[in-house]
Amino acid sequence: MKFGVVKESQETEARVALSPASAEQIRKLGHEVVVEAGAGTRADISDDLYREAGVEVLDSAEKVFEVSDVIGKVRPPTEAEVERLREGQTLISFFYPAENEALLKTAADKGATLVAMDMVPRISRAQKMDALSSMANIAGYRAVIEAANNFGRFMTGQITAAGKVPPAKILVVGAGVAGLAAIGAATSLGAITYAFDVRPEVAEQVESMGAEFVYLDFEGEQEEGSGGYAAPSSPEFREAQLAKFREIAPDMDIVITTALIPNREAPELWTEDMVKAMKPGSVIVDLAAEKGGNCKLTVKDEKIVTDNGVTIIGYTDFPSRMAKQSSTLYATNIRHFLTDLTPEKDGQVNHDMEDQVIRGATVAHGGEVTWPPPKTESPSPQKPRQEKKKEKTREEKHAEEKAAFAKQTRGQIGLLAVGAVVMLLIGSVAPESFMSHFIVFALACFVGFQVIWGVAHSLHTPLMAVTNAISGIIILGALLQVGAGNWLVVILSVIAILIASINIVGGFLVTRRMLSMFVKS
Amino acid sequence: MIELGLQSAAYIVATILFILALGGLKDEESAKRAIWYGIVGMALAVLATVFGPGVQNIALILIAVAIGAAAGWYIAGKVQMTEMPQLVAALHSFVGLAAVFIGLNADLMLGAVQQMQAQGIGLAEADLTGFGEKLWEKDAVEIAILKVEVFLGIFIGAVTFTGSVIAFGKLAGKVDGKATKLPGGHFLNAGALALCILLGILYFNGAGIWTIFLVAIIAGFIGYHLIMGIGGADMPVVVSMLNSYSGWAAAAIGFTLGNDLLIVTGALVGSSGAILSYIMCKAMNRQFVSVILGGFGTGGGEQQEVEGEMVAIDADGVADALKEADSVVIVPGYGMAVAQAQQAVSELTRKLRDEGKTVRFAIHPVAGRLPGHMNVLLAEAKVPYDIVLEMDEINDDFKSTDVVIVIGSNDIVNPAANDDPNSPIAGMPVLHVWEATDVFVCKRGSGTGYSGIENPLFYKDNTRMFYGDAKESVNALLQKL
Repeated sequence: MKFGVVKESQETEARVALSPASAEQIRKLGHEVVVEAGAGTRADISDDLYREAGVEVLDSAEKVFEVSDVIGKVRPPTEAEVERLREGQTLISFFYPAENEALLKTAADKGATLVAMDMVPRISRAQKMDALSSMANIAGYRAVIEAANNFGRFMTGQITAAGKVPPAKILVVGAGVAGLAAIGAATSLGAITYAFDVRPEVAEQVESMGAEFVYLDFEGEQEEGSGGYAAPSSPEFREAQLAKFREIAPDMDIVITTALIPNREAPELWTEDMVKAMKPGSVIVDLAAEKGGNCKLTVKDEKIVTDNGVTIIGYTDFPSRMAKQSSTLYATNIRHFLTDLTPEKDGQVNHDMEDQVIRGATVAHGGEVTWPPPKTESPSPQKPRQEKKKEKTREEKHAEEKAAFAKQTRGQIGLLAVGAVVMLLIGSVAPESFMSHFIVFALACFVGFQVIWGVAHSLHTPLMAVTNAISGIIILGALLQVGAGNWLVVILSVIAILIASINIVGGFLVTRRMLSMFVKS
Repeated sequence: MIELGLQSAAYIVATILFILALGGLKDEESAKRAIWYGIVGMALAVLATVFGPGVQNIALILIAVAIGAAAGWYIAGKVQMTEMPQLVAALHSFVGLAAVFIGLNADLMLGAVQQMQAQGIGLAEADLTGFGEKLWEKDAVEIAILKVEVFLGIFIGAVTFTGSVIAFGKLAGKVDGKATKLPGGHFLNAGALALCILLGILYFNGAGIWTIFLVAIIAGFIGYHLIMGIGGADMPVVVSMLNSYSGWAAAAIGFTLGNDLLIVTGALVGSSGAILSYIMCKAMNRQFVSVILGGFGTGGGEQQEVEGEMVAIDADGVADALKEADSVVIVPGYGMAVAQAQQAVSELTRKLRDEGKTVRFAIHPVAGRLPGHMNVLLAEAKVPYDIVLEMDEINDDFKSTDVVIVIGSNDIVNPAANDDPNSPIAGMPVLHVWEATDVFVCKRGSGTGYSGIENPLFYKDNTRMFYGDAKESVNALLQKL
C-alpha cells in the first residue's frame, strides 16, 4: 500500500501529517510512503530529511493523490481535495463530521473512505492515536507561553537587588488535557497556579502537578459526562462557580480557560464584570475561542485589549504555532492508526469495521456515510467516587493516639501478667537447678527478640544461614555423651557430631560467601 | 584439660559473640565483620567442650568432626544461590535429627546411670562422662523434669527433621510443590499429637524407652504431613518456622543436658525464626496458624470481575520505553530465580545505569522461597545492594517512576489486595507498581500464579505483557538497548 501525505492547503496551517520518524515506522509495516514537496517546510522538516527516511518526494498534490491508496493530512479536506478522491481511497485527517456533513456526503458518494482523527473513541486502547489529546496538550502549553509573552512581568517571584518581584498568579479553568498541560507549563515557569474543574475528582491530578485546586462551597452532585468530558452543570452549581470566580478575579494575573462540552457552544465562565475586575496588564487566553469562547469578549483568532487594559487572546491555531512539535505528535498518532489498520504488518490494509476504534473513527466507508457510529457503552473505567476524607482535628488525632497507647499498655501489661503467672507456676514445682537454667532461657529469648528486630530485611537469608550454623551448637550435647559406655549411645552421638559439624562449617561458610557478594555501588 | 570454671568462661564469651554475630546483621558492612564473631564463638565453645572435663573418645570425635566439616565445606562452596532455600531446609533437618539422637541418648544414659545406682556402684568407680555425672546427682523431681525435656527435645526435633526434609524436597523440586493432605487432614495431625502426649505420659511414669522412640516416629509423621499440606509460595513461612523449631529443639536439649550455652543459642535461633515467620505472615496479611494449616482462606463473597484485556508487547516495545525512561524499578520474584535470569537482569541494570538512568529494585518480603532470597540472588549477580530496596522504602516512589519491570512475580504486585475486599489476598501489603507510567510484566504465560488468583494488574491500561522465559526475554531486551 502507498501512504501519501500532502501539503496543507490552508495557508495558515504549518503542521504536516508525516515526520521522518513516523515514515520509518510506517515503512516497517510494509507500506511505501510518498510526500508532496515542501509539505514539511513550515514545520522545519525539509524534503531531504524525508528522503533520508526513505520517503519518495513528489512535486504536486495531484501526483500524491494519484499514486496513494491512503492519504494523510491534518486539517479537514477542502472541497477540491474531496473531489480528487477516488473509489477505495482512504483519507485520514481531522474532519469534524458534525460541521461538514455535505462534504462527508460527497466523499461517501465517491466511494472513498474517510477516517476522522477527531472521532477516535476516547478509550484507553486508542489513547496512542488520540490526536485531539495530543493537540490539546500542545495548546495548553502554548497558551501559557502566549500569555507570558503578553504579560509584562516575571512568571516566577524573585528577590533582586532592585527589589522584590511577586510571582504571577495563573488560574486555569478546566482541567482536561489542555488544562493539565497549561498547569504543568505554568508551575514549571514558577507561577502560582490555581485550577478549577467541575469534576472534583480531578483535584488530585491538579494537586499532583503542583497547582492548587479551587474548591466551591457547593453541596450537591455534579455528574461527570462521558469520554472524559464534563457534563453541562446545573444553574445552582453555575452560580456558585461564577461567585467563586468573581471573588478571585481581581487577584489573577493570567486566566486560561479551556472549558468545552462536546457538540455545544462553549459555556460562559469568565463574564464581562470579571474581566473588568482584573488589573490592567492581565492576560486571558481563551482556548475555547473556536466554539464561541468561555469569555464573551473573546474574538476568534485575534488578540484584543479591553478598555481596562486586559489582553484577551482568542487564537485557535496554537498547535500550528508549534508546528514541529505538533507535527511529530500528530504523525505518530496517524502512524498508530495505520498500525491498527495493518494488523499483519504485511503492507495490506485491513479496514476492520468490527474493530471499535476503527469503526468509531471511520465516517465514510464503502459508499456510505458511517457517522455517527453506533452507540457502544463507553467502558471508561471510573474509580468509584471516593469519599473526601475528613481531616481529623488535632484533638481527635490526639485522642486516637492516646487510645492506641492505652491499648498497647494494656496489651503489654496483660502479657507481662500472664508471663509472670506462668513463671510462678513453674517456679512453684520446679527445683532451683531447673529455674536457674530457665532464667537464662527467658533472658536469651528476650535478647534474641531485641537483636533480631534490628536485622535488615535484605539480610534475612544470611540470617537463616548463620542461625543454621550456630544451631549446630547442639554438637555440644553429643560431645558430652560420646564417651558413654553404651555402644548405641556412642554411635548416635558420633552421627549427631558429624551432622552438627556439617551445619557449623557449612552454615558459616555459606553465610560468609553470601555476605561477601553484597557490594555497594 | 580445661577446668569447669574456664569452660564456663569460654561459654560466656561464645554467647556474647553469638549475640554480636546476629546483631551485626543490621547492615551489610557490619555483617561481614560479625560473621567472624560467630565463627570464633563457635570454635571457642567446641574447643572448650572437647578439652573440658568428662569428654572421652576424642579420636572418634575428631574423625566425625573432620568428615562433617569436609562435607559442610564442600556443600557451602558448591551450592548455587538459587538453591539456598533447599540448603537452609536441609541444615534445619540436621539439627532436628541431632536433637532426636541426643534426646534418645540422654534417656539411654539415664537408664544406665540408674542401673548403676541400683547396683550400689559409687560415683568414683562408675567412670561417667560429664553428662553422666550430672545425671548421677539428680533427685526425683529433677529426673521428672529431665524426662519432660527429653520428650520435648525429641518431639520438636523429629517434627523439625521430617518437616525440613519435606521442605527440602519441595524446594528442590523433588517433591510435588502442591499442598497435599492425607484423608483426615488436620484431624490426623491432632490424633497423632494426642497419641504423642499419651505416650509421653506413659514415659513419665516409667514405661521405658520404646515410648519416646514411638514419639519420635509419630512426631516425624506430623512434621511430614504438616509440611506436605503447605504449598510452594508459603515456603518462606515454613522455612522460617522450621528455623525457629530447630532453635527450640536445641534449647530443649540444652535443658536436658543442663548446658546454658545450648539454651541461650537455641533461644536466640528460636526467636530469630519466630520473628522471621511473623514478618512473613505480616507481609502476606495472614495468620500464622492459617499458613501452617495450609491453603488460602476464602473471602466472604465473589471476587471482583476483571475487565479489560491483556496486551502483549515485544522486546522492541519494552526497549523503546526503557530508552525514554529516566527512572526504572525492577520487581523480581520467584520466576526470576527459576529462570536463572539474575545475571541478565544485572546486565540490564548495568546498561541502564551507564546511560544515567535511575534503576532500583523493589523487594517484597515474601518474594522468592526464603526471606531475603531475592537480595542474595541480586547480590550474587553483582547488583549493588544500595539500589535494592524494601517494599516500605519504595512503595511511595512508584508514582514518579517511568517504567516498572515485573519479572516472575504475581501476587506481590496484585492490586486486588488493595481494591477487592473479597479477594483471598485482601489486605496483603503489595507493591504499588500500577502507579508507575508503564508496567511491563515478564511472565511465561497468561495463566494465574501459584495461588490461582486473577491479577487485575495484567489488565490495566498501562500494563503490557512481555511473554516468554525471563532469562531469554531479558537477554532479547539487552540486544535492543
